[in-house]
Amino acid sequence: MLKLSLGPVLWFWSRQTVFDFYANAAEWPVDTVYLGETVCARRRELKLADWLEIADVLKDAGKQVVLSTQTLIESEADLRLLRRICSQQDYLIEANDQSALQLASSNNLPFVTGPGLNIYNVATLKVLAKRGLKGWNLPVELGRETLVELITELKAEGLDLPAEVFAWGFLPLAWSSRCFTARHYNLPKDNCEFRCLQHPDGLELRSREAQELFRLNGTSTLSGARYDLLRELPDMVAMGVDTVRLSPEHQGMAEVVQRFDQVRRGEMPDIDPLQLVEAPPCNGYWYGKPGMDLVADRLWAPMV
Amino acid sequence: MELVCPAGSLPALKAAVDNGANAVYIGFKDSTNARQFKGLNFNDKRAAEGIEYAHKNGARVFCAINTFPQPQGWKTWISAVDRAARLGIDALILADMGLLDYAASRYPQIDRHLSVQGSATSYEALRFYKDNFGIRRAVLPRVLSLDQIRGLAKHSPVELEVFAFGSLCIMAEGRCYLSSYITDESPNTRGACSPAKAVRWQETLQGLESRLNGILIDRYGKGESAGYPTLCKGRFEVEGSVYHAIEEPVSLNTIDLLPQLQELGISAVKIEGRQRSPAYIADVARTWRQALDRLENSAAEFAVDPAWNATLAGLSEGGLTTIGAYHRKWK
Repeated sequence: MLKLSLGPVLWFWSRQTVFDFYANAAEWPVDTVYLGETVCARRRELKLADWLEIADVLKDAGKQVVLSTQTLIESEADLRLLRRICSQQDYLIEANDQSALQLASSNNLPFVTGPGLNIYNVATLKVLAKRGLKGWNLPVELGRETLVELITELKAEGLDLPAEVFAWGFLPLAWSSRCFTARHYNLPKDNCEFRCLQHPDGLELRSREAQELFRLNGTSTLSGARYDLLRELPDMVAMGVDTVRLSPEHQGMAEVVQRFDQVRRGEMPDIDPLQLVEAPPCNGYWYGKPGMDLVADRLWAPMV
Repeated sequence: MELVCPAGSLPALKAAVDNGANAVYIGFKDSTNARQFKGLNFNDKRAAEGIEYAHKNGARVFCAINTFPQPQGWKTWISAVDRAARLGIDALILADMGLLDYAASRYPQIDRHLSVQGSATSYEALRFYKDNFGIRRAVLPRVLSLDQIRGLAKHSPVELEVFAFGSLCIMAEGRCYLSSYITDESPNTRGACSPAKAVRWQETLQGLESRLNGILIDRYGKGESAGYPTLCKGRFEVEGSVYHAIEEPVSLNTIDLLPQLQELGISAVKIEGRQRSPAYIADVARTWRQALDRLENSAAEFAVDPAWNATLAGLSEGGLTTIGAYHRKWK
C-alpha cells in the first residue's frame, strides 16, 4: 500500500507544542516520520537529545523514523550538529544538502534525500545509490510527467529506489541566510527575539492586490497556497510512487492524515470542511504548470 | 586573484578580454545554462571564434552548463558537454550531479568547476563534490558572510571563486523555486528567473505596474525609477505594511572587500551578467582590472578609488550597491 509520511516541521513551534504534536502523531496512520530542525540554526527549542527521545517513542509506536538535516549549512556549528546526527546508528538520515551527503556516506550511514536536494535525473540517482541512497524525494517544482520517466528509467536500470512525493502542505520554495521574519520586525537576524514562535504557520506575504503569494518562515520562503495532491493518489499508486509526504501544520493535521489514509485505502473521504489555516489550494507543479495554479483534475470528478 | 567576466555574445567576450578579464564564461543558446535569454549566448561557430580570440590574448574560456536536466532533456545536456569539449573549452561550469559524473568520466582532462547552482555552502559539501566528481574549483553562493567564507576557505579542498559584482541573488542558488511557482520556469529547469515572457508593464491611474504572470510585483509612483520585476525584489504586503518584504533591488559590489578576499586565499572573483551589453562588460572589467592590479602591487596600501565605485554604482540596479551577505549586519 502507498505509504504516508509526515515531513519535518518546517515552522518554529515551542518545545511543548512539538512534543504534543508527535505524541498525537504516534497514533496517526502514518508510516514514516521525519524529525528535526531543517530551517534555522537559531531554532533550538529542542536539542538533538529531545529529537532522539521523540524518535524512540515513534519507533515504539511502529513508525519508521528518519532524522532530517538542516537545509542550508553555513557555519562550523551547523557542521558539528550535522556530524552528531550522522554519527548515530539507530535512524536513517534525510540529507538536505551535500554536506549531509558527504557525512552520511563517509560514515556508511544509509540516507534518503529531501525535496530540497536537486534530483532531476537518473544519472544523479545512480551516483547517490553508490553512496548509500535508500530513497528520494521529488523536488517540489517537478511534476507527474518527469516523475513517470524517472521511475520508468530506474526500473529499466534495475535500481530499487523508492520515490516520495510532497503531496500536502505549504511548499518549501527557497532558503536564505537572511531572515525575512526578522526583516519584517526590523530586527537583526542574530537578535531576532525568536519572532517565528509567534507565527506557527508563517507570515503571509500578499501582493498589493491581496493575492496570497508566499509564507515567510524565518530564513525560508514557502508557497502562499497549499499544495494538495490528495486527488492524485490513485494515479500515484498506478505509477509506482512509494510514499506521499504531508507537511505538518499546527491545526487539523489528524484530519488531514485521516483523509489521505482513507483515499489510499480506496475509501471516499468525508466532505466536511477541515478546520485549517485558511489558504487557497494549488497543484500546478504536478501538471507542469506554475506551482501556484490550480488545475481541475480528471480523476477525482466521478468520486464527488 | 583571477578576474572572471561574463559574456552573452562575441562582442561582450571581446570587451571582457580587451579590458583585462583573465577568464570569460559563456553558455550555449538553449536552456542548458542559467542565463537563457532571447538573442543571447553562443552557437558553436561563435563559441569557437570566442575561444580563439581569448586564447590568442591569454585569457581562458569557461562554459556554463549549469541547469538541471530532466529525463526528456538529458541528451541535449550531455550533448552540450560534448560540444564544449570539442570546442576546446578550458573549464566546464556544472551543477547537476549526473552531469558532473558524465563530464568526470568522459572528459577527465577538462577542468570541472562547481557552479553556484550546485549550492555548496560548507567544506564538507565541497569535499563531496571533490571526492565524487574531482572538481577543481567551486563558485560560492552569495548567501555566505565573510566570516563563513573564512571558515570554509581554511578547509576547502578546491579553489574558490566568489561573486564580486552584479545582480544579487539572496536565496541559496540552485535551490530557489520561487520563479517556477509564479511562472512555469525556474533557474534550475529552464535557466530563467522571472522570465521576460511572463512580464507585463502597464500604466495605470495608480502608477506604472509591473506584473509577472499576472501577479502585481511592483507599482511605481511618479518619479520612482522602475526596475525589472524579479519577483523577490518586488513590494508586497505583510501584516498591513507594504515594503520590499524580501529584498530591495540593489546590486552586489565587493570591491571594498578585495584585500580580505585575497587574504582568505580566494582564487577568483566573478562578475555576474551575461545578459549585459558589451559596453557594460567593458566598463566593469576595466574597473575591476584596475582594482586587482592595484591590489597586486600593494595589498597593504590598497584603497578603493572613488571613481571605481562611481562607475560601478552607475551600472547597478537603482544605482545602489551592497556588499550583500558578506557582512552580517543586514536587518
